[in-house]
Amino acid sequence: MKRIRIIPSLLLLKDGLYKTVRFNNPAYIGDPINVVKIFNEKGADEIVLLDIAATKENIQINFKKLSEIAGEAFMPMAYGGGIATYKDAQRIFDCGFEKVIINSAAEKSPSLITKIAKTYGSQSAVLSMDVKRDLFGRYRVYTRGGTKNTGLPPVEYAKKMELTGAGEIFLNAIHKDGTWNGYDIEIIKQVSKAVNIPVIASGGASGMDDFKKAIIDGGASAVAAASMFVYQKKGKGVLITFPTEELIL
Amino acid sequence: MFKHLGLKAQITNELTKIEQSDKLLLPGIGHFDTCMKNLNDSGLRGVVEKKVFKDKIPTLGICVGAQMMTYGSDEGQEKGLNWIEGKTIKFNSLNLPHLKIPHIGWGDISIVEPNVLFNDLPEPSRFYFAHSYHFELKNYSNIIATCNYGYNFHCAFQTENIFGVQFHPEKSHKFGMKVLANFAEMQI
Repeated sequence: MKRIRIIPSLLLLKDGLYKTVRFNNPAYIGDPINVVKIFNEKGADEIVLLDIAATKENIQINFKKLSEIAGEAFMPMAYGGGIATYKDAQRIFDCGFEKVIINSAAEKSPSLITKIAKTYGSQSAVLSMDVKRDLFGRYRVYTRGGTKNTGLPPVEYAKKMELTGAGEIFLNAIHKDGTWNGYDIEIIKQVSKAVNIPVIASGGASGMDDFKKAIIDGGASAVAAASMFVYQKKGKGVLITFPTEELIL
Repeated sequence: MFKHLGLKAQITNELTKIEQSDKLLLPGIGHFDTCMKNLNDSGLRGVVEKKVFKDKIPTLGICVGAQMMTYGSDEGQEKGLNWIEGKTIKFNSLNLPHLKIPHIGWGDISIVEPNVLFNDLPEPSRFYFAHSYHFELKNYSNIIATCNYGYNFHCAFQTENIFGVQFHPEKSHKFGMKVLANFAEMQI
């Protein structure tokens, strides 16, 4: 089978990296530049950097810091968080990121993605979708860092966003974030089937078996994880890791 | 990455700086038409072509930068630079309904022809790709590497002092670092 694309996703809060559980309780992980350097050494496939406060708390994107972080990365990097306008996206590319991740702004104005894709190519416009399963087992799309329920069903939303020119979908299950109990395969399957662009599964991974399930059972094109790359084990101390070549192949 | 390698590199739109350079790098990322228009409107095309064809300095195109060197792309209407015989086409997914496009991710490349760009590359080498279009060269003798995504496509070429790669060496860890170092060390 094809090599799995494995993406550590790092959460930025002001100048530091943090990790959340179900989008809450951020715990400090470390300095972003140090962490990126470790992932260089370990040969991570790609890195996703998400500012978890930018949109929610209306904080200005810290372009200077971002440019320092991207300058250290010898692997592709995507940034998301607080990108509201085309100008914001432009500045992110100028900082040295290959991809921009758009979440809340895409729901408000899908044409933002179209504009980015037209100038920078589809491969650089990532649509991020945060989904949550309610008590009745229905999935809904959330925006603003998981605080606003749009009431929209994910499959229809994904299809609509594919038409805007998005090149990838970063699919994050809020109810799985930081839980270590596996991806929500059901929603990955639904969304992957519905669109013809790559889907990145995120939320709940604890090991290689989860990755395989997301790809084989879920139909995802890539997998993202956070906790398992920044902690030794569930509930244990910080340790930056990435699977070795032998494990991935 | 150049800084890490201890090499001097600069991003410029100044004529005199291009005039003084001894290597030229045309990077990605972007839409074909936007990139071609920007280059044509910059007023720099003349000096760039002089450096490439008269001074024959080593020139490397990356991703869209390499696609621009072909005569045109399915992605847009603008004419390409036509520095290499070939065109840029969209991934042919007609017979591959399950192929997700764009192709994003790491790919192992097959080196078709030993090339100075690939000297001492660790084996096997993998590179990062992110594209919906790829070049298709007219002369197979120009192809130096291929990659497979649904089918084999051309992912690196050379004609004299002009090199092009579809992947992103600047984002491909030690493999890409080696390619950039090889490029930087080339003699005219």
